[in-house]
Amino acid sequence: MEKFSKDWRNDIYDVFKNIGISLVSHIPDAGHTPLIDLCEKDNNIDVVTLTTEEEGVGLSCGAWAGGKKSALLMQSSGVGNCINALALPNICRIPFLTIVSMRGEWGEFIPWQVPMGLGTPKVLEAMDVKIFRVDYKDEVGETVNAAANFAFNTRKSAAVLLSQKMIGAKQFKNG
Amino acid sequence: MIIRRDFVNKLLEDRKDNLRVISGIGTSTWDLMSTGDEKNNFGFIGAMGQALPFALGLSIAQPDKKIVLITGDGDTLMSLGSLATIANHPVSNLTVIVLDNESYVETGSQPTATAGKTNLELIAKGSGIENTYTIFERTDDYKVLKTIYEEDGPSLVVVKCKAESTPLIFPHSFDGVTAINRFKDTM
Repeated sequence: MEKFSKDWRNDIYDVFKNIGISLVSHIPDAGHTPLIDLCEKDNNIDVVTLTTEEEGVGLSCGAWAGGKKSALLMQSSGVGNCINALALPNICRIPFLTIVSMRGEWGEFIPWQVPMGLGTPKVLEAMDVKIFRVDYKDEVGETVNAAANFAFNTRKSAAVLLSQKMIGAKQFKNG
Repeated sequence: MIIRRDFVNKLLEDRKDNLRVISGIGTSTWDLMSTGDEKNNFGFIGAMGQALPFALGLSIAQPDKKIVLITGDGDTLMSLGSLATIANHPVSNLTVIVLDNESYVETGSQPTATAGKTNLELIAKGSGIENTYTIFERTDDYKVLKTIYEEDGPSLVVVKCKAESTPLIFPHSFDGVTAINRFKDTM
């Protein structure tokens, strides 16, 4: 992993391929959409659309028990849904990797996104999940690579927080 | 009326080598452990609601193994969305067995939703799991075995059983790392 391309979603996809992730689950977020598309086009990656983010925790853990590496993609609001589920990888020391697109922190338009956006790092820390924040596009690949290695090599939980500043705040128009 | 522990023991009496069994939090895990200290089992003792997605992940990763999840109505009610996820990402090797005693027996037998108007077989069907049925009598044991070993899943069987507290049978270790390592090594 020496060079990373300009499109940071491609960089995440390349890391997935390099470390052998073959199962990706998600509740979609606009920030993740190009990455989800890349994974869906790949015959060697199984993509599972969830009904709630916490399912992705159990799914990842079961897949790991069966010898498959996976990643959960979600928006920051989904992190709150995962709290009790995170006890599973924690107590069993199952590697768990999630890539979180942040909302409610930089130029947010929708006030309802703010509480969980502010709560996301605290919630993850409370459940002993190591946070890897990334603010710049050219650091996405190396950060996801570092987080994945941390998770799978040390059998711990890792979350990459893709900052809203980097993704770009979605602006809404009435009417 | 089906006695859940007898049912689970009979179901796993002559289990095949390619079977892996997961149990959901609470009495289901004590039931599974009552069948013996078996490396091919993994029992949840916490993380309520996570057994269904865990079983799906395992089924995806191990398509040549038969995966059975034995869990209760309480645990299933907490993860109804997973029934939709399982139905829409179908795994032919997964059978979910819900021991439905219509109550949270471990905590004092408070009634669950299935004691009221809720029907888990209909929810599974509505979620898109096609092979789903309910049994009320032990004479239907053979149907469940056939579902596990011979039929294409995903399948969900509701086993209506008596609400009674049973002796707690603990796993060989309460340590999650020990338990998951032992289970993973069987793959």
